[in-house]
Amino acid sequence: MGLRSYIATRVLLTMPMIMLLLTFVFLIVRVLPGDPVLLHFEKAASPEAMELMRRELGLDKPLLDQYFAYLAGLLHGDLGKSMQDFSPIAQQIFSAFPATLELAIYSMIIAVGLGVFLGVRSSKSYNSVQDHSIRVFGIVMYAIPIFFLGMIFQLIFGVVLHWLPTGGRIYPGMEPSGLTIGGVHISTGLYTIDSLLEGNIVKFLQALRYLFLPSLTLGLVLCGVFIRLTRTNMLETLHLDFVTAAKARGLKERTVLYGYAFRNAFLPVLTMMGLQFAALLGGAILTETTFSWPGLGRYLVDRINFRDYTAIQGDVVFFGLLVALISLIVDILYAYFDPRIRL
Amino acid sequence: MPLLEVDSLTVEYWTRRGIIRAVDNVSFALDKGEMLGLVGESGSGKSTLGHSLVRLLPTQGSIVGGRIRIGGKDVVGYSEEEMRSIRGEKIAFVFQDPMTSLNPVKKIGEHLVELIQTHKPNVSREEALRFAEAALDDVGISTERINDYPHQFSGGMRQRIMIALAIALNPDIVIADEPTTALDVIVQAKVMDLLKDLCGAHGMALILITHDISVVLERCKKVIVMYAGNFVECADSVSLHNDPKHPYTQGLLRTVPNIELADQRLESITGSPPDLLDLPSGCRFWPRCPQAMKVCHMKGPSMVELENGCCVRCFLYGGLEQ
Amino acid sequence: MVILGSGIVLSIVVMTLIAPWISPYNPSALNVGPIRSPPSPQFPLGTNHLGQDMLSRVLCGGSIMLQVSVLSVLLCLAIGVPIGLISSYVGGAVDKIFSLITDSIYAFPGLVLAITIAAMLGRGAVNMAISIAVVYIPSYFRIVRSHVLTIKELQYTVAARAIGAKWYTILFRYILPNVVPSILSVVTVNFADATLTAAGLTFVGLGVTKDIPDWGWDLTDGRVLLPSGAWWVITFPGIMIILLALGFTLMGEGLSELLNPRLEQ
Repeated sequence: MGLRSYIATRVLLTMPMIMLLLTFVFLIVRVLPGDPVLLHFEKAASPEAMELMRRELGLDKPLLDQYFAYLAGLLHGDLGKSMQDFSPIAQQIFSAFPATLELAIYSMIIAVGLGVFLGVRSSKSYNSVQDHSIRVFGIVMYAIPIFFLGMIFQLIFGVVLHWLPTGGRIYPGMEPSGLTIGGVHISTGLYTIDSLLEGNIVKFLQALRYLFLPSLTLGLVLCGVFIRLTRTNMLETLHLDFVTAAKARGLKERTVLYGYAFRNAFLPVLTMMGLQFAALLGGAILTETTFSWPGLGRYLVDRINFRDYTAIQGDVVFFGLLVALISLIVDILYAYFDPRIRL
Repeated sequence: MPLLEVDSLTVEYWTRRGIIRAVDNVSFALDKGEMLGLVGESGSGKSTLGHSLVRLLPTQGSIVGGRIRIGGKDVVGYSEEEMRSIRGEKIAFVFQDPMTSLNPVKKIGEHLVELIQTHKPNVSREEALRFAEAALDDVGISTERINDYPHQFSGGMRQRIMIALAIALNPDIVIADEPTTALDVIVQAKVMDLLKDLCGAHGMALILITHDISVVLERCKKVIVMYAGNFVECADSVSLHNDPKHPYTQGLLRTVPNIELADQRLESITGSPPDLLDLPSGCRFWPRCPQAMKVCHMKGPSMVELENGCCVRCFLYGGLEQ
Repeated sequence: MVILGSGIVLSIVVMTLIAPWISPYNPSALNVGPIRSPPSPQFPLGTNHLGQDMLSRVLCGGSIMLQVSVLSVLLCLAIGVPIGLISSYVGGAVDKIFSLITDSIYAFPGLVLAITIAAMLGRGAVNMAISIAVVYIPSYFRIVRSHVLTIKELQYTVAARAIGAKWYTILFRYILPNVVPSILSVVTVNFADATLTAAGLTFVGLGVTKDIPDWGWDLTDGRVLLPSGAWWVITFPGIMIILLALGFTLMGEGLSELLNPRLEQ
């Protein structure tokens, strides 16, 4: 089976899962609490206000109709309207998305980079003090609540040392605006990239400064998984026959370590990156709240506090679709790297 | 000067239960282009000996004494980098299990090109590819398959690829450690013949390590029989076959079934190889030896050289004087 | 490692149980001391912005987390294991449907799901436990299922069927005992995660009501005190949470090492 047919099959298989996911979210948010509008208003509100909301948001129609409207809307990129001010949720989500994306990317870089590096060192010095301390480090990191770590960092680096900012994404007014070439505006929403597109190093450095603590927090907590995974796989792979055979042919140590041992141990790391992405998003919620980072996670928490249930639904759906997409990409990448899977 | 000279080599393994001396004070020599068969049961130390020649012992193993001279230079003292440069180029190793010896994510052509370019960095990629194709051709693999992955080949073909990798750079010595044990009988013969022909054609010396004595008798000029870490007999294959001296060798030859005889019972050597942590006193073979004498329980015999150049480690042939 | 881990967990449990008797002050009582005062001989762990004694709060604060973890694990065991057993044993369409459902849940970011469910159900320890349980049931399902599928085809099960044993006998007397060790591993991980998730839920405001002392609350409240440098309010409860999660994790690591001895080098 070639790569292309594998991709096609995989995409097809994802469909039912996505359908299920969407149905789930619908069930949880619309059906579970009974009447979301009532829940929103809590105390007695005028029946007219409630009716108005119902009509505006399409919540007065029968449940099945709502379900189909929901699905149809998704196909158009319509995630519904917020209970707070009836504005389109999709818009709010898309403006918050780049912030979370940027955080996720840098956190993942730290988690994987640090995790793999420590994992390889750990495996090379098997059973030594270095090996054991690295492993303990990984375990302890995982046991730390993300927001606690974040707060400690804020305390040390922000309050005590005054080195780094404790909240927000960048100094107000310094948001990079990307590049405009002859009427075409290119901007990714990722401040680090946009500032480079703009050619503004100051903004770039500032963006990094604000990005540093949140991504370090999230990255550290997640690196434990990668340390353990890399270590285990490297230990296994380093003793496999084809590695010894490669050494017997006189291949250089670096070639053997990276081209043979690591390349085979790497594939599970790739899969794990995909799996961890889900955990990353979950952790992002806490990190964004701690650091006042204007992303999807903080949006969710905000909306919960406002009891804006339609927005909650929209946000959660977006989360789910995002995770499904990333899993798909990871699976395809895996098939690209490991030809055996395609058969 | 012989191509390979092993002098009083001793290899030990560290285990939880104690130190195992897998190779005990062995010596032999190999000339250019010579084909040597090394025969022994599992646990005899033959595989360990093979691995120590390329210094690829597992972490628990180490060479604790003796010298290995390749081309006059002692490689026991070589650094890892020095060893690395001669592996593959001067001395090659063919492993036992072809199913797991190739990198699953590299095309077989890549295996060869990488090997060539590591040892000969000035060779361009096109040249290396042509070399690779020639090597594949030598072992009987269609060059059209140069871009296939290992899992697309059968066991026998993978072993041929391993052989191609071993001979690609025309090493002086090829060590094959049970190269056909993992293959079925018909393929075995083909692969063995391939090894022999290639080594003969390119003038490479071959050390064939196996537990199957019949395989080496057909193809090797000289044979060494190993038991529990010691060499017990070395002779040229003709003499060994017609007139085996050591009781163990005699036992081994008896175990080879003869297809021409009808109504033959399968023979075996009574007993089993000794636990290397708990060796018998005196000669290591005496518990299983039909010709054991009293002295065998008490002293271990040393190698005795016989008139025709063969050697035997057995009191039946001398050595009682000490 | 198991010993260390269980030791930690046990001491925390004991501490929580005897806390009401040994805490110097009522943890919920306001203004027993000056507000925001750093650790001192009178208040060894300091006081928070409501003048509550941190030592008492730390001693008593674990009870909610422990309750929620225990409850969620019980729920998972009660629901996840039977469904896993029956679904994989029966096989066919039933199994496919359940697998699809649990896979979808499993693929979803755990915390997001827990937060959403908790948001819809409301506050309170039971609701927290339910949210966590829903997120974790797929893990139990999967482990149980993979074991059942293997054992189902083994000789002794087939032999049992041949002599006409009833399906529930086979399930419970043959298969279940073999699955238990793996379930134990998941249980310990479940406990550790439940602790951290409970803390997370509290942090976003979905935990129990404020009048109950809880380490999660201390962290949430303590946030506002950070700019003034009042480090003691969040540090001690935070360390307790870490210890609890760590204790469970160590238990889990130790257990899995006991059950799957690693290959010696």
